Amino acid sequence: MVAVHPSAAEVWSWLRDIADPEIPALSIIDLGIVRDVQAEEDRVTVTITPTYSACPAMDRIADDIRARLKQHGVEDVHIATKLSPAWTTDWLPAAARERLREYGIAPPQQLLRTEEIRPVSQPDAGPVVCPHCGSDTTVLVSRFGSTLCKALYKCLACREPFDAFKHH
Amino acid sequence: MSGQSLFEYVLRLGDSCLILSQRLAGWCGHGPEIEEDIALTNVALDLLGHARLWLSYAGEVEARGRDEDALAYLRDAGEFRNVLLVEQPNGDFAATMARQFYFDTWHYFLLRDLRASQNSRIAEIAEKASTEAAYHVQRSTDWVVRLGDGTWESHERIQSALDDLWMYTGELFEMDAVEREMHECGLGTDLERLRQQWLEHVSKTFGEATLSMPQAAWMQRGGKQGVHTEKLGYILAEMQFLQRVYPGAQW
Repeated sequence: MVAVHPSAAEVWSWLRDIADPEIPALSIIDLGIVRDVQAEEDRVTVTITPTYSACPAMDRIADDIRARLKQHGVEDVHIATKLSPAWTTDWLPAAARERLREYGIAPPQQLLRTEEIRPVSQPDAGPVVCPHCGSDTTVLVSRFGSTLCKALYKCLACREPFDAFKHH
Repeated sequence: MSGQSLFEYVLRLGDSCLILSQRLAGWCGHGPEIEEDIALTNVALDLLGHARLWLSYAGEVEARGRDEDALAYLRDAGEFRNVLLVEQPNGDFAATMARQFYFDTWHYFLLRDLRASQNSRIAEIAEKASTEAAYHVQRSTDWVVRLGDGTWESHERIQSALDDLWMYTGELFEMDAVEREMHECGLGTDLERLRQQWLEHVSKTFGEATLSMPQAAWMQRGGKQGVHTEKLGYILAEMQFLQRVYPGAQW
């Protein structure tokens, strides 16, 4: 096989449409999981960061990156993991937030950075808007949902339950 | 600072997360309602993530070829350094949430301090884990208020669970030689100051929940030095069974 020497920009473009295994409406680039790409000769190093410490999708994401680069002829792929700066939903671009909403998941709110432990009577942020009908009369059903990154809500207007991306 | 102290210190952090995670995983399929079943196991999963980060680092510090799995599955009770609080049984939902509330409040303030550790690995793990711990403490605080300020039955149960577990909270703030050394060289933190922050949040929450502060009790200690209650052995028997019987088995 002919060795390929891709540029970092090419590698970024190849990774652009790798879907997140748990939320396929978003790519791993949208989510900010890919932090860095280094391409030297025929060796490519992709640095990723976990969304949550125990995100079970990290191994799958690493495998998907290796498989994608292999399709483009890159055999020597190194996946590095980086914890700091800690991943935050503040990194999600506006277009990705809109795609989440269309997919039926309320996008994360901008995080209010506070050092206080917020009591029940003071919610963490503004109201979570229903992704189905747009109403903001919604209630939290559970702080945890079907994956680590989502919470469960219910809309009081259209009565539909929905997932909301936890702001993190 | 000695490598041995650093190893001990990181093991304490990892083991407390690991054992509490294992305890919480025992709720899987037994939660009082589906949402809480999911929440309990999600918290267990977060804590398992923290345990893996700490234990991997502990293995590197020790430099004797033990990885996270060797540390989790191939040590006996006397080598575990978790606090006694986390090995206490699940009991009913109130007992589990009382244990979680004491732990989460301590964990949250501890990780917040450790973000400024002079040791970059400790600082980055703490930075990552603290965002998750902040979410946990909100949830367990919510539950203490909801159960305390709920029905007569829920009030009685959470009060007695909080009273029963009180004697395991002293150890969270115990400054022994390892903790002092880590604090003095800027890697750890001042647990006496942390106790004040912890007490402030606990008493504020109890006020909101119409609960009383537990009576002063003899504080149990020993977990951080490897002296455990008999309960840890049973936890390990279940947790380590597969690796003991089928050494090296992979998922």
